Amino acid sequence: MRTTRPRSGDRVRWWVYALLALAAFACLFPLYWMFIVATTDTATAIKLPPEIVPGGNFFHLAGLVFSTVPFVRSIVNSLIVAGSIGVGQAVLCALAGFAFAKMRFRGRNALFLFVVLTMTVPTQLAIVPQYMIISSLGWVDTLQALIVPGLANAFGIFWMRQHIASAISDEILQAARIDGASTWQIFWRVAFPLVRPAAFVLGLLGFVTAWNDFLWPFVVLKSPEMYTVQIAIKALQNSFNIDLGLAMSGSFLATLPLLVLFVFVGRRMVAGIMNGAFKG
Amino acid sequence: MTTSISATKAGLPPAPPAETARRRFTEIVAPYAYIAPFFVLFAVFGLIPLLFTFYVALFDWNPIGEHVFVGLDNFSRLVGDVRFWNAARNTVSIWLLSTVPQLLVALVLAHLLNHVRLRLALFFRMTMLVPYITSVAATAIVFAQMFDRDYGLLNWLLGLVGFEHIDFTQSVAGSHVLIAVMVTWRWFGYTTLLYLASLQAVPRAIYEAAAVDGAGNVRQFLHISLPALRPVIVFTIVTSTIGGLQIFTEALLLNRGAANTCGPIRQCQTLTLFLFEQGFIQFKFGYAAAIGVALFVMVVALAGLNYFLSTRIRPVKG
Repeated sequence: MRTTRPRSGDRVRWWVYALLALAAFACLFPLYWMFIVATTDTATAIKLPPEIVPGGNFFHLAGLVFSTVPFVRSIVNSLIVAGSIGVGQAVLCALAGFAFAKMRFRGRNALFLFVVLTMTVPTQLAIVPQYMIISSLGWVDTLQALIVPGLANAFGIFWMRQHIASAISDEILQAARIDGASTWQIFWRVAFPLVRPAAFVLGLLGFVTAWNDFLWPFVVLKSPEMYTVQIAIKALQNSFNIDLGLAMSGSFLATLPLLVLFVFVGRRMVAGIMNGAFKG
Repeated sequence: MTTSISATKAGLPPAPPAETARRRFTEIVAPYAYIAPFFVLFAVFGLIPLLFTFYVALFDWNPIGEHVFVGLDNFSRLVGDVRFWNAARNTVSIWLLSTVPQLLVALVLAHLLNHVRLRLALFFRMTMLVPYITSVAATAIVFAQMFDRDYGLLNWLLGLVGFEHIDFTQSVAGSHVLIAVMVTWRWFGYTTLLYLASLQAVPRAIYEAAAVDGAGNVRQFLHISLPALRPVIVFTIVTSTIGGLQIFTEALLLNRGAANTCGPIRQCQTLTLFLFEQGFIQFKFGYAAAIGVALFVMVVALAGLNYFLSTRIRPVKG
């Protein structure tokens, strides 16, 4: 170690890397372990000392996952639900964010404050009446019961308003107005394309949240063909098969699509979360 | 949230006087139409159910049978129900165990990640978001296995160094710790990124000046980073209070033998899981709604208290 002047702005100490590497290891290891158990049969999964390299049983267990529950159907269901919610949030929150950031109307400030305050309302505990409403709509055991309530959210509106307020100059909107564009045309052809990156990240966050959602689908969905992947995992855990590998294999298969997605868009998600955060 | 709401004075100019009344009307209602979807959805699936919870709680409400008005009976039964107090204790215990370490770890990591010359910065940031994209269900299954009493990796390691195996799923303290570990694992990276974003808004020159004056890492952290983070810390304390008091999935998936009670002695049944059990297993909608009301009061009280405390306590100037 060089011992020059102890200016901490200068060099990064080794222990900083050690702590960060430990955190990274802690983040990744459970997923690695999930894969290990998902590739080993029960006899070795419970062997001690445990295996630390993947076994050769991945396709056997994966096949068992697909034959125990309608897993392909579950993935399709999850894609439909999470995809609709992602797109819905990106468009509807951008639209509302545009109105709050750039349009003048009576009650705007009070309504925006209301939107922000709804973020603090713990609506999950109202799940019994929520179920009664879904039931009276005839939506029990349907995918729209999962999609429709998630199409717009307060966080997204807050987020898009911040982005639109800072990324879109009034001059551009005025120019479009002088050219005779209607308000809708200004939003859809001028404003939305300019904030598409932010809307994309918002849609991604909505997609991930919806893909991983558990309680509400668990309450609303009844038949295995309607299950989302998360509920399918629970069904695997419940099945009489005591094979640990089976539930792990299902968990791994349910996580894999998001991991692949994350490899491509993780960088933008990190930037998005950090830009969306408020900065003191 | 520093951007003031009334900052946008100019904005979109109004549409020119339209030739038809119809066109004029469209332009006037446009902003209301644009924000309407959220308000409609929030009303139907958020606000109305919440208010309706208070109403249903006054009934003996069978989903496929009679609804009998019973006044405050559900609440007096709740007060005398040991299962309710057990769930309330579990909820608070799990919430504290999962929130306090999480925020502290995130504070330290954000400070470390804020180093200008850090290599692999993007790698560290991205890996920290991996738990966030992993579902709670998958997390619960893999952690329950890793922490298993007989075959878990952790207990095997503890055994190697001569400790007794800990029963993480069947004991009260163990199951609380295990759920807290899952929650912390899932959220600490996300919280770290929020803190890091705030830290990056602090001008570098301040840190450099402090370094020149001989302030080391720890003092820079206490006297520069921490005060700059106050607003976002308040925000994360309040949001993790609201979220941490509603933990459900981890508890449901921990003990597959007695899932709805999180084990034979209800050792980790949270209030949300108790609500679920009463509402959707026992079909006592009225009683479940009363649990919802109690949970609502608890969330509002604790979130409010935390907001109050975290905005009042000032760092000691040194």
